[in-house]
Amino acid sequence: MSEKIQMQRHNYDIVVIGAGGAGLRAAVEAREAGLRVAIICKSLFGKAHTVMAEGGIAASMGNVNEKDGWKVHFRDTMRGGKFINHYRMAELHAKEAPDRVWELEIWGALFDRTKEGKISQRNFGGHEYPRLAHVGDRTGLELIRTMQQKIVAMQQQDKKDHGDAESYLKVFAEVTITEVIKEGGKVAGVYGYRREDGVEVLFEAPVVILATGGVGKTFKITSNSWEGTGDGHALALKAGGNLVDMEFLQFHPTGMVWPPSVKGILVTESVRGEGGVLTNNKGERFMFKYIPKVFKDKYADNEEEADRWYVDQDNNRRPPELLPRDEVARAINSEVKAGRGSPHGGVYLDVSKRLTAEVIKRRLPSMWHQFYELAGVDITKEAMEVGPTCHYIMGGVEVDADTAAAVGVPGLFAAGEVAGGMHGSNRLGGNSLSDLLVFGRRAGAGAVDYVKQTQVVKVSDTSIRNAAERIAAPFKRTGGENPYTLHQELQEIAHNLVGIIRTKSELSDAINKIAEIRNRIENVSVQGDRVFNPGFHLSFDLDNMLLVAESIAKSALVREESRGGHTRDDFPVMNTKWRGLNNISSFNGKEVVVKHQELPFMPKELFDLFDIHELEKYMSIEEITKGGR
Amino acid sequence: MARNIKLKIWRGGPTDGKLDDASVEANEGEVVLDVIHRVQATQMGDLAVRWNCKAGKCGSCSMEINGKPRLACMTQVANFKEGETITITPLRAFPVIKDLVTDVSFNYRKAMEVESFTPPADLKPGEARMEQIDVERSQEFRKCIECFLCQDTCHVIRDHEENKKSFAGPRFFIRIAELDMHPLDMLKNRKKKAQEEHGLGMCNITKCCTEVCPEHIRITDNAIIPMKERVVDIKYNPVKWLGSIILKRDSII
Repeated sequence: MSEKIQMQRHNYDIVVIGAGGAGLRAAVEAREAGLRVAIICKSLFGKAHTVMAEGGIAASMGNVNEKDGWKVHFRDTMRGGKFINHYRMAELHAKEAPDRVWELEIWGALFDRTKEGKISQRNFGGHEYPRLAHVGDRTGLELIRTMQQKIVAMQQQDKKDHGDAESYLKVFAEVTITEVIKEGGKVAGVYGYRREDGVEVLFEAPVVILATGGVGKTFKITSNSWEGTGDGHALALKAGGNLVDMEFLQFHPTGMVWPPSVKGILVTESVRGEGGVLTNNKGERFMFKYIPKVFKDKYADNEEEADRWYVDQDNNRRPPELLPRDEVARAINSEVKAGRGSPHGGVYLDVSKRLTAEVIKRRLPSMWHQFYELAGVDITKEAMEVGPTCHYIMGGVEVDADTAAAVGVPGLFAAGEVAGGMHGSNRLGGNSLSDLLVFGRRAGAGAVDYVKQTQVVKVSDTSIRNAAERIAAPFKRTGGENPYTLHQELQEIAHNLVGIIRTKSELSDAINKIAEIRNRIENVSVQGDRVFNPGFHLSFDLDNMLLVAESIAKSALVREESRGGHTRDDFPVMNTKWRGLNNISSFNGKEVVVKHQELPFMPKELFDLFDIHELEKYMSIEEITKGGR
Repeated sequence: MARNIKLKIWRGGPTDGKLDDASVEANEGEVVLDVIHRVQATQMGDLAVRWNCKAGKCGSCSMEINGKPRLACMTQVANFKEGETITITPLRAFPVIKDLVTDVSFNYRKAMEVESFTPPADLKPGEARMEQIDVERSQEFRKCIECFLCQDTCHVIRDHEENKKSFAGPRFFIRIAELDMHPLDMLKNRKKKAQEEHGLGMCNITKCCTEVCPEHIRITDNAIIPMKERVVDIKYNPVKWLGSIILKRDSII
């Protein structure tokens, strides 16, 4: 087929890649500062993966328990991440989250209310007090819709002021970005194509904000949509940026396990927050056996106390079902491996004994709907079958905590799941939505400052030609590899060898196999033409997923300990030495290279927020002496 | 428990196309989107279909299955009889881009025409107080996942391209109702504008939209009818009409 390839050219001050919570919040901030902003997304506007977040957004507003505050939230976040979080990100996040939630309300969000009419807050794993603002179990939808409508409101204002709604802020939906273009060592724009017709697009802009979300589609069983292919991670690597601690991958403990077609779909942690209990096929509430030493004093070790906690949180310890996600996921994995699993290879999660049908349908409406429609299970009467599913990557682009600027690439910023550091080795539920808004806003502000002090550089014809050639390549080959087949093979490798429990030999095996697929991807060919062609789209996503998988496997091989979302069968315990070290991935044009880097140490005022005896569980004597100076 | 499924899938572009036959395995518990993906991965690598979450939460995989507007991810293969052919076509109310993918930009244009949420000018962050019962009315409409199935099925525009200019459609009637019932929204005359600017009057409440809504939002009963009643109330009640003239107050609707 001979076709004349057209190219569209656009000029903006800031290009945001990704229209989830982080991307939209960044765009709002930049537009409010008077800049011209393009928002680019792979799907239709309003479909970003943020929509899937269920439980809520964590912010220490103290509406339900006034003892809550940013310091408590900060402590919980650091504990959940096993103290390898970037302290400054965790601090900013805890301090600013309430403002970001209240601001949503001013933009039209309607959260569930307390009796006093304030925003209601619910319990969640790892959070000391009820902290998650929520709308039933569809909080992510509320967030994305509110942000989408805020963008529309700004466009309406632009129409009044400038005669054209899209003159300052425009959404380019269903566009794939294949390259961040640099000239003279700094960002000059991005290149890609419109999915609808294959027309190539060049956006010239001095700033690119990556807000592309996660990597779940690299794995076989995941809660992520097709969009989670690590595009931003790969774009950053190829542009000369770094990824930090890519081995930390969160397996959400409760995904659906049956029927096969829905395997991996998320079952919100709110089910446990609202009182759901986990049992094995012997009817044992097994989580009591899995409370790790570091959490002994915070979690109940018997059913009576755990049950009392739901009515009296001041005088009882929390039920162990509400341990951080990594702990619960590993526990479920162990129960199933020991032969105590449910018929379809999960465990039971039951909320029907604690709440009435009416309350379940009100507080967990989409869970009820999801199980009823897809699995034929009525959760108001019977237990759900659940098991771990690849959910979230804590690792991501190495950024400056205050501005979200990517380290090493002037003009590149990253916020949300694509950025690393904030959550350490394990993210607490509810901390993702707040992360999106806190750091989305900061990325927008950081980008505005950068634009003001930088000189715009033009994208060269050579750069355009190179980017265009890469897009055309899959069509020039015939009879090559099928992208769908390669994707399935990669998912199998990632799932089996780089999954929830890892060992040295399997990781080495994975690294070799990923390299083999990388060789074969050079030979991918696609059926059909450029018009909305999913096989063509997948061939680019695949390239990104391969880089991500390589980075995860290599980082996981290096880290010889178990911590949060990284469990090594051959190194089953946490090692103090490793707490102070980040794994930094970079790309040398051929392969991912991983090296160590020292983690910045908390200043004294943050250090002093913790009980020394708690820190002793994570830190060396030298570190504690240094921190307490 | 796998069984063989016969499909007819519409393939083509903006101007022409046809139903292509496909035959594919379906496993227990699978939904129509699963079998479409299997066809895509093994037989039609360039078959165009939109989807995202595959859990009924994002509203991307809207299409017509045996003529009914549905989400492919929430349509169980088991609901079809053994040997029954499943016919899959794109949304009829919108122009086809390719295969099962349609140009839904109509909806985004209409979204732009609905005046935004307008909070009190002096509302400070964290100071809003609302009763649960008062937010629930709008919350029902905010469950909307923008799958646009209601827009697709609505006969005002389904076969009447000419009506699109003056008719916003059920999705945007619930958006207007949501804002109208929002405890913090200060903009006046939303109902009147629904009638005069967004074509509320063209709806003759056949409830087709409510029937296809995957979120079970009671679009007609809870949004459209109450707005219509209030509009009628003011327009055709001579006392209120006179009152609005004399007192120059049309804020009551």
